[in-house]
Amino acid sequence: MRKVPAGAALMALLVGACATTGVDKDGGSRVSINQDPFPSTYRPYPGAAVVIANVTILDGEGGRIDNGQVHLAGGKIVAVGQNVAAPAGTPVLDGQGKYVTPGIIDVHSHLGDYPSPGVAAHQDGNEATGPSRPEVWAEHSVWPQDPGFSRALANGGVTALQILPGSANLFGGRSVTLKNVPARTMQGMKFPGAPYGLKMACGENPKRVYGDKGGPATRMGNIAVTRQTWINAAAYKRKWEAYATDGGDMPDRDLAMDTLKGVLDGDILVHNHCYRADEMAIMIDLAKEAGYKIGTFHHAVESYKVADLLAREGICSAMWADWYGFKMEAYDTIRENIAFVDRAGACAIVHSDDANGIQRLNQEAAKAMASGRRAGLAISEEYAWRWLSMNPAKALGVFDRTGSLKPGKDADVVLWNGNPYSSYTRPERVWVDGALLYDANNPRLRPVSDFELGQPGEGDVK
Amino acid sequence: MLGLMGGLAGAAIGYEASAQTIAVTGGTVAIGDGSAPIQNGTVVIRDGRVVAAGQGIAIPPGAQVIDATGKWVTPGIVAGFSRLGLVDVDAVEGANDQSSDGPFSAALDVAPAINPNAAPVAINRAEGVTRAVVAPAVGKGIFAGQGALIDTGADGSPVTRARLFQYVELGEEGAGQAGGSRAAVHVLLRNALREARQVAGGGGSGGRDAGGRTGDDPRNDPVVADPNETRSYEARRNQDVLLTRFDAQALVPVIRGRQILLVHAERAADLRQVIALAREFPALKLAIVGADEGWTVARELAAANIPVIASALSSLPGTFESLAATHSNVGRMRAAGVRVAIGTINDDEARMAFRARWYAGNLVGLSRLPGAAGLSWGEALAAITSGPAEALGMGNEIGSLRAGRRGDLVIWSGDPLDHLSHAETVLIDGVQQPLETRQTKLRDRYRSLERGALPEAYRR
Repeated sequence: MRKVPAGAALMALLVGACATTGVDKDGGSRVSINQDPFPSTYRPYPGAAVVIANVTILDGEGGRIDNGQVHLAGGKIVAVGQNVAAPAGTPVLDGQGKYVTPGIIDVHSHLGDYPSPGVAAHQDGNEATGPSRPEVWAEHSVWPQDPGFSRALANGGVTALQILPGSANLFGGRSVTLKNVPARTMQGMKFPGAPYGLKMACGENPKRVYGDKGGPATRMGNIAVTRQTWINAAAYKRKWEAYATDGGDMPDRDLAMDTLKGVLDGDILVHNHCYRADEMAIMIDLAKEAGYKIGTFHHAVESYKVADLLAREGICSAMWADWYGFKMEAYDTIRENIAFVDRAGACAIVHSDDANGIQRLNQEAAKAMASGRRAGLAISEEYAWRWLSMNPAKALGVFDRTGSLKPGKDADVVLWNGNPYSSYTRPERVWVDGALLYDANNPRLRPVSDFELGQPGEGDVK
Repeated sequence: MLGLMGGLAGAAIGYEASAQTIAVTGGTVAIGDGSAPIQNGTVVIRDGRVVAAGQGIAIPPGAQVIDATGKWVTPGIVAGFSRLGLVDVDAVEGANDQSSDGPFSAALDVAPAINPNAAPVAINRAEGVTRAVVAPAVGKGIFAGQGALIDTGADGSPVTRARLFQYVELGEEGAGQAGGSRAAVHVLLRNALREARQVAGGGGSGGRDAGGRTGDDPRNDPVVADPNETRSYEARRNQDVLLTRFDAQALVPVIRGRQILLVHAERAADLRQVIALAREFPALKLAIVGADEGWTVARELAAANIPVIASALSSLPGTFESLAATHSNVGRMRAAGVRVAIGTINDDEARMAFRARWYAGNLVGLSRLPGAAGLSWGEALAAITSGPAEALGMGNEIGSLRAGRRGDLVIWSGDPLDHLSHAETVLIDGVQQPLETRQTKLRDRYRSLERGALPEAYRR
C-alpha cells in the first residue's frame, strides 16, 4: 500500500541528517525530514506455541476449514490446514464447537483520544480551533490507560485498531494504528511499520462547527477550503522537490504541509469521513484534481448509491450495519449497505467509531450478512469475515503483516466459544503476536487499566 | 391503538380492532413471561386481545389461520426505555422534541408530541418492536416531565397510556441541572414534593374543578370553589416556591402514588438514595432506569422491591457514576431477585430500540462465560417484553402472550435473540402491520445501479 516503508533502513538514513545543509546542485547533502519522530517501541510479548484443533477456521480471506487446525509459534501463524505438522509436544487446544478467526481490526476508533471516562479533561479528539489542522497527530492524544482498549480485546476480539482524530475539521490530522496490547505509552502500542493516515471530513460536521466561527459555513465552503489547502500543499511539495534536486536554502518546515505532502507522495493513506453519495463523488474528483488517492470513505452510509463508482475507483467504505438517523446526512442508511457495496466489487469494511460498538463488530457483521442474505445475496460466514480483518488490514496498509490466517503473518488470532456471528458467542482466547492476552477461563489473563485499579469491580468480567 | 377506558379522556382516540379471530399455529411460541419456548404452539387472538397461547389449543371456527411452522412466535418487543416518536432526526432541531428549555418541567407531557410518522417508528415496527416506553429528556430542572407508553402501529393514534410516569434525574445529570451537586438534587426533589403537597391541599385530598374532576390531571387548573380561597392559596405559594403551579400540580399524582416516579440513577450511592426515598415517602411508586452499578446494591434493590430498567451491555466507566459497569449487571441483579428489564439508556433512545433483542441475546451468551452472569433465554425475552411492561405497571395489558393481553405478536424467521432472524409478521392489537420503511424503499430503489430509461428518482 505504501511506497516508502518507515522501516529501520530509512531511519538510519535520517538519523544524523539534521545538521548539514546542501548548498549546491551536484549532490551535496540535504536536510531531510525525520518521518518517524515518535517511533514504535512495541515489542510482542512471549507466547507459547499451540495447535488449535477440531476447530472451524475462517481465515479472513474468504477461506474456511471445518474441523481444521491452526499452529501458532514464535509469535507467528505457522500453519493452517485440515491437519498441521507441529513439533511433537506442542500443546493442543481442543476447539470442538468453536471458531478461530483472525483478530478483528477496527479502522475507525477514538479509543484513547475520546477515552472513558468521557470527562472534559479527556476530550482530545478534535482540534476544533480551525477547519484545517493536518498538523495534529491523533497519537499525541492517545491515553493508553483508556479502559476501552481492554473491552475491545476481551469482549470484541479486536487485535489492531486505527485511532483517528474526530471529524470537526476538514483536515482532522494524522491517525495512528495500534496493536491492541496494553502499554505505558502510546509508542508502546504503535503498530510497527504501519503507515500513517490522514483524517479528512466532508459534510455537516465541519460546517456546523465553523459556521459561526469564521467558516466554512456551507458544503461549498468546505470544498473551497479543502481545495485551497491542497493547492498550498502542492506548492510546498514543489519547494521541497526543488530543494532535493537543486539544493539551496532549506524550505521552511510546516507541520501541516508535511502531512499533506506525505499524502501527495503516497506515503500517508487518506481516511475520509463522508456520509452522502453525492459528496463522495465530489471528493473523488477533488482528490484527482489535487493529486492524491482516497483510501477509505468512513461512515459512508450512502455508499450503496455509488457502489459502482467506488468499485471503479478502488475506494473502501467503512460502514455500520444499522446505525441511522442521528443527523441529516445519516438519514438514508439501509441495512444492505455493506452487502451491496461488497456485491458491486468495492471494498467493504465493518467499523465501529464507538467504544461500545467495537466490542461487537462480529455481531455488526452478522447483521450485515443477514441483511444481505435477505436481499438475495449468497454471503457465507467465511466470506463476511473479510469485512472484519482482510479489508480493514488493507485499508490500513498492514495486510502483509496481519488480517488473515496465513503462514508467516503475525499471530493475531481469536478463538470464539461458538459461531462468532451469533449474539450468544464471546471470545474465549485472544492472541496478539502469539501472546495470549485474554483467556475467558483465566481471571488473571485480563487487562485492567491503571484507571480501574482500586475502583469498584476491578478485574471483573466487564 | 386502543385507548384505555376510564379517566384518560384525550389520551388516545381509540378505535375498535376488527372483530376478527386469528390463530397463529405451528411455531415455537415464547410467552414472554420468563418461561422457556414451547414447540408447536398456538396463539389465538380475538378482537385485538390474546385469548390463549400454548400447546393443544383448539383453533376457533372461522379463525384466520397464520401458519408459523418452523418459525418463532413471541409477544411484540417492548422498548423498555426510549424516546421513540419524539425524534425523526436527532440533530435537526425541528424534528426533535425530546426536551424543552421552556418554563415548564414536571408538567410536560410527551403524549401530544409523539409523531407516529417519524421514520424511527416504522423502522422499529419492522423489527418487531410493538410498544415503547417513551420518556422526555430534562431541559430545565431535575424533572423531565411525564412519559407515555406508545405503540408503533401504522395509524394516527400512537398513545397507549399517556402520563404513565414522571421522569426525574437523580444522578450526575440531575446534579448538573440542580446547579452542580447531588446535594442540590435532593433538596430540589424534596422541595418539589413539598410544593406538590401544598397544591394538593396539604391534607392530601385533591382539589376538584367545576366538573368534579380531581386535580390529579395536570392539565386541569387546580381551581377551588371559593375565589377568596384561591387568592389565599396564591399568596401562600408566592412566598416560597420554585416550581410553576403547573409543575407542582403535575407532581400531585406522584406523591399520591397514582403515577410512577421513574428515576434515572446509575451510581451505587445514588441507588441507595432512591431506596431511602422509598422509605421516607412510602406512598411513592418508584422505578429506576439505568443502575449501571446496580449489581453492587442488588440485594438492597431486591429487598426494596423497586423494579429496574437497565442497559444490557454497559461495560465502560463512561462517567464517574458508572465505574462498576459490567455486562454482568443485569444477570447479577436478576440473580439477587431484582425485577430487572432492559432499555436503551444513553444509547440512541430515539431510534435504536430494535437492538434490544440482540442485547438480550448477548445476556444469554454471558451465562456461559466463566465469572459472568447472564440470563436464561426465557428471562432474556422477558427482559424486553413483560419486564418493562411490569416495571411500569402495564403487565396486565402488554408484554406477554398471556390471556387478556393486547394482541401484539411477532412471527420471526428464527430465534429472535440472534442476528440471523428477522420479523416476518407483526401484529399490534391484533392488526397486521406493514413492514415497509423508507430504508426498505431505498434498498429497492438502489438494488441495481444499472442506468435505466429514467433516473433513479422514478423507481418506487
